[in-house]
Amino acid sequence: MRIEQDVLKILLAALLLMAAIPWTAGKLSSDIFFEWPFFFEVAIGGLLAGVMYSLVALGFVLIFKASGVFNFSQGAMVLFSALTLVGLNELGVPIWLAIVFTLAIMVVLAVVIERVVLRPLVNQEHIILFMATIGITYFLDGFGQTLWGSEVKLLDLGIPNSPGLYFGGQILINDFDLVAALIAGILVISLAFFFQYTRIGRALRAVADDHQAALSIGIPLKHIWVIVWAVAGIVALVAGIMWGSKLGVQFSLALIALKALPVLILGGFTSVPGAIIGGLIIGAGEKLAEVFIAPMIGGGIEDWFAYMLALAFLVFRPQGLFGEKIIERV
Amino acid sequence: MLYREAGEFKATYQADQAILTIRQDRWFMLALMVIAFLVIPLISSEYWLGTIMLPFLILALAALGLNVLTGYAGQLSLGTGGFMATGAFAAYKLATSFPDLHIFLVILLAGGITAVAGLLFGIPSLRIKGFYLAVATLASQFFLIWMFNKFGWFTNYSASGVISAPPMAVIGDSYVTGPYATAEAKYLFVLSIVVLFALMTKNLVRSNIGREWMAVRDMDIAAEIIGIRMLPTKLKAFAYSSFLCGIAGALWAFVYTGSVEPLAFDVNRSFQILFMIIIGGLGSIMGAFLGAGFIVLLPIFLNNAPHWIGLNIHVDLISHIEFMVFGALIIFFLIVEPHGLARLWQLLKEKLRLWPFPY
Repeated sequence: MRIEQDVLKILLAALLLMAAIPWTAGKLSSDIFFEWPFFFEVAIGGLLAGVMYSLVALGFVLIFKASGVFNFSQGAMVLFSALTLVGLNELGVPIWLAIVFTLAIMVVLAVVIERVVLRPLVNQEHIILFMATIGITYFLDGFGQTLWGSEVKLLDLGIPNSPGLYFGGQILINDFDLVAALIAGILVISLAFFFQYTRIGRALRAVADDHQAALSIGIPLKHIWVIVWAVAGIVALVAGIMWGSKLGVQFSLALIALKALPVLILGGFTSVPGAIIGGLIIGAGEKLAEVFIAPMIGGGIEDWFAYMLALAFLVFRPQGLFGEKIIERV
Repeated sequence: MLYREAGEFKATYQADQAILTIRQDRWFMLALMVIAFLVIPLISSEYWLGTIMLPFLILALAALGLNVLTGYAGQLSLGTGGFMATGAFAAYKLATSFPDLHIFLVILLAGGITAVAGLLFGIPSLRIKGFYLAVATLASQFFLIWMFNKFGWFTNYSASGVISAPPMAVIGDSYVTGPYATAEAKYLFVLSIVVLFALMTKNLVRSNIGREWMAVRDMDIAAEIIGIRMLPTKLKAFAYSSFLCGIAGALWAFVYTGSVEPLAFDVNRSFQILFMIIIGGLGSIMGAFLGAGFIVLLPIFLNNAPHWIGLNIHVDLISHIEFMVFGALIIFFLIVEPHGLARLWQLLKEKLRLWPFPY
């Protein structure tokens, strides 16, 4: 109970701070435009952008929970899946079939990664496995672009991409962001069901809790890793579709991983709800800071603000908001 | 038969505590120094010295710095590029504000300023551990680069945001920066600094400070219980590591490229240096050099390999394939030898000790 109370307090403080800082800034300096509808518009836009970050962070969390591997290649997987999807579509495959094919390819990729990279490196230190996933990142970035070329491609799934007015015509929200949030919500709920109510999901949670105990009751660790990487690949595909139709499919999709990292440490490496709430806080905080604080110190702070925010949180809760507290013994 | 310590009797404590206790090692090191200081400048072309040896040595120094922090003190950091940028810009501000300052002083002071920056960003390490810390150090990376890009003061309000090193000489006319500098002078200057700091680091990690670092790395709670104070030990590692990275950054900007923009030290630079120490070997001085050599030479090799076998591939495609091969090689090396090239070197020496009579 205590932990939940702490988290609630921190969240409340974060929300208050997010409103208080721009409000005082608006009061103090006339350069900064501040009105409540505008504030809410920025905040909601940020929250919806945060959902998109959560999509990427989710893939990290799944793999870290089940295998303790900090999978740096999640961003590369997002790029690779989006490139494959668009590439297949350009070859004349209808989009729904292309999605099915890409799903199959992501599963095959998971099998290959487990066989070629993870299995020989079993029992190595975390930093070595982390390093290996950076190797995978380079490989996938190169492989995807060798296969499908490196020019910017458009991905159009027919999602409306026009701003609409909501809440009595005062707040402008992009319809696309709403659809993205909806899809992310469906994904998270179905993942939660998968983890909670299926046999495989329960096995995954057992492995996440304790590798050895899971092995000793007969859960095959190797299969579990393949499944986890495949699920992360599917999450990457969803993220790739959403980000790809927003920004176009191009190399910069791989850099979204860097945006997801602060979300990850803020929410905690081991928590799915953490990835969601972390994404919301980072998204809203980043946008609000960019609009209301950046003009005071020279702009362009989107690059590092999320990291600083996450760092400030970490000083008070070193395991992130919802991460497991690691009890260490000598 | 040839390489062994049998028959070497140490009569003094000094001899017992020497860095290289085996006679053949000492000869090998001496030969290496003679080759590095005399033979290479004499036989190498300008291209080799200027575009291969210089970045190799400078990145080796940065890798040495990161290895102190990650390999010896166990604090994973992804902020190396930011600290190198701090060193470069500190050196630039010092050199342009005090034109009479000697280049050695400029570089040392730049290292000192970077050490202070490292101290500041090292403070959270007391609470945050492991991958959380690694991601947190990215904050310093992005923040520092943004700062140098954003505030004109750091670049003396140059419109392009690029800093250029003024010509500076060690003594008299022997310039090591600017247009009058020869490749040989640059090479020897960088080599002396790198050798000096490699020696200093080697001795530091053998001292009680180094042993404290290793204790913290191996198990921080146990280290705390035996009376090692966590905050000063970790901060010392951060400060010394960023000191070396700052010097490397200053050398990169002043001696190697001559003019540099903050983007030269972006997050890819940090990853590149991290590759070096992991491929080379964590917690090894030798490893920093081997890893730097590997990572500097590999892209050059990959770039030229298709031409040697007579293939003509589109430039775009080559760069993608380069990425693939680079990634695959990293995974291959990790699988074959997770402890890096330095470990292979040690295994070789152990084999050599028994050779040619293994029984």
